[in-house]
Amino acid sequence: MDFLTLIQLLDSTVRLATPLLLACLAGLFSERAGIFDIGLEGKMLAAAFFSAAIAALTGSVWLGLLAGIAASMSLSLLHGLASITFRGNQLISGVAINFLAAGLTVLIAQDWFQQGGRTPSLMGGGRFEPITLPFAEALAQVPLLGPIYSELISGHSILVYIAFATVPLTWWVLYRTRFGLRLRAVGENPAAVDTAGVSVVALRYAAVLICGVLCGIAGAYLSTALQAGFVKDMSAGRGFIALAALIFAKWRPWYALYATLLFGLFGALETRPDVIEAVIGIRVQGQLLGALPYIMTVIILAGFVGKAIPPRAGGTPYVKER
Amino acid sequence: MTLMHKILGATAAMALSAGAALAEPALIFDLGGKFDKSFNEAAFNGATRWANETGETFREIELQSEAQREQALRRFAEAGSNPIVMAGFAFGDALGQVASDYPDTSFVIIDMVVDAPNVRSVVFNEHEGSYLVGMMAAEASESGTVGFIGGMDIPLIRKFACGYAQGVKAVNPDATIIANMTGTTPAAWNDPVKGSELTKAQINQGADVVYAAAGGTGVGVLQTAADEGILSIGVDSNQNYLHPGKVLTSMLKRVDNAVFDAFSDGPGLETGFQIMGIANGGVGYAMDENNASLVNDTMKANVDAAAAKIASGELAVHDYMSDDSCPELSF
Repeated sequence: MDFLTLIQLLDSTVRLATPLLLACLAGLFSERAGIFDIGLEGKMLAAAFFSAAIAALTGSVWLGLLAGIAASMSLSLLHGLASITFRGNQLISGVAINFLAAGLTVLIAQDWFQQGGRTPSLMGGGRFEPITLPFAEALAQVPLLGPIYSELISGHSILVYIAFATVPLTWWVLYRTRFGLRLRAVGENPAAVDTAGVSVVALRYAAVLICGVLCGIAGAYLSTALQAGFVKDMSAGRGFIALAALIFAKWRPWYALYATLLFGLFGALETRPDVIEAVIGIRVQGQLLGALPYIMTVIILAGFVGKAIPPRAGGTPYVKER
Repeated sequence: MTLMHKILGATAAMALSAGAALAEPALIFDLGGKFDKSFNEAAFNGATRWANETGETFREIELQSEAQREQALRRFAEAGSNPIVMAGFAFGDALGQVASDYPDTSFVIIDMVVDAPNVRSVVFNEHEGSYLVGMMAAEASESGTVGFIGGMDIPLIRKFACGYAQGVKAVNPDATIIANMTGTTPAAWNDPVKGSELTKAQINQGADVVYAAAGGTGVGVLQTAADEGILSIGVDSNQNYLHPGKVLTSMLKRVDNAVFDAFSDGPGLETGFQIMGIANGGVGYAMDENNASLVNDTMKANVDAAAAKIASGELAVHDYMSDDSCPELSF
């Protein structure tokens, strides 16, 4: 395997990891506040559809992004309403959101565009184009660092840079702000937060709404940056892999970055069976690599690699008085 | 009592067949929906062509859920529609149960074999069509490396890949063929993001023509190929128009012809196993104004010559599904 192949592989890793990273951080905010969210998949799908649809109708990808975020946030609100206000089962609400999104997107797409549940192909301003960072061309000839900068770091869409910037931001919000402290506390011991005079309900709604924003960006990235349009069920299980990554990362932001990059690398390797064959000398079936994220999550859950302890109040609705 | 039963049964059968003789044909679309730009739409186009040419009408239904398959079949059969055509291999089980209950109704199933005396099973020689587009890919390729991206890893898709590989090798025995499958679950039919990533990986390995047989995933393949400036090949319907000047051709599967033929043959059509290959216009490659500039005359002449040889039986393309192996490609 030569250096250029390695760069290409890592480049692919970054592209594949970005939607996982955004969805994983989305789940992190929600679950750290004590609201389990298996509706990440559905929110991404709804956002993917609405961002592509609005971008196709208006020709502006930024309006599309806003529409995607709005769609994802409204599903978040629905999840919040069911699980915070009405104290319903969070898992069931999440499953319902996944089904709702899968059905609604195709139905609305068919009604608006009559293309069998797709949106028209996005042209020009309807897509997020790759950004070439300054000096990328000039530095390309510099040995070693040149290709890394011009091929790997430069040339992604703006949403990729936003996603990576979200990691330190999430860390800062969670561990260095008052809001973050309260958010973490509400996922561990909501009664204590309530006693301190802080609204549990407001904090949890804030958390699911942040989750909605991040899922919205993830969905928009799928349909308007990686692709030029929506295809039914295009999230293809990425929301669930993001949940696996969240457990793998033990609900911590920097580890979420590492976990999703690792899962992205598996995805990238799956597309290059020749590279694996060249490195280890055995032909590995791509299916094995596709299953690796799940296998590793099971190993983690079984307690072989440290222990993954979820937020203590996760999954239980907060009841103020009995 | 038994005599009474027989008489009643006979009258009922007569009434049914009398009704059937007058009845309209019916077409049932699979879950993809009538306007899927691909398989179902081709079936609809065939039915529409028949209606326009004969001035008659046909009945149709778009399924909304898996549970409606048998119900839709029975309703059309009870109403006396004949023949009843269904588009899609997924009807296999439902038809197997229903067919024997309506012995006087003719059924036609596309892409699947159901063994019953009143069923015509239409299957396509996708490997032959793929062979032709494989030849074109090899001729259009400058790097000598071409790609194939399949959807879900099932024998049918390997059949596409195997025919394609044989076509490529026929033109350029030294060509490299990179074949990837998107996945092993039905999600692989609708994962354009992974389709894009596979296309980029194949481009990095030197591929400059990519053939996608991957349903909705193919949208991502064709898009990325157009973005990155290489050629792609579409599948099932003519997809040349999706990216004019960037899609080399499309492997056509003439589902419309199968539906048209079934409707034209009418009630009591010849049942059994029907193979739609190059010889009877079942598969082929697409030429239109969108790819005219990409295909030169010698390329076309070579492909047409091969098509003629396949049609006459002089050239046999290996069918992956016949022995689950491919001479030119290992998976």
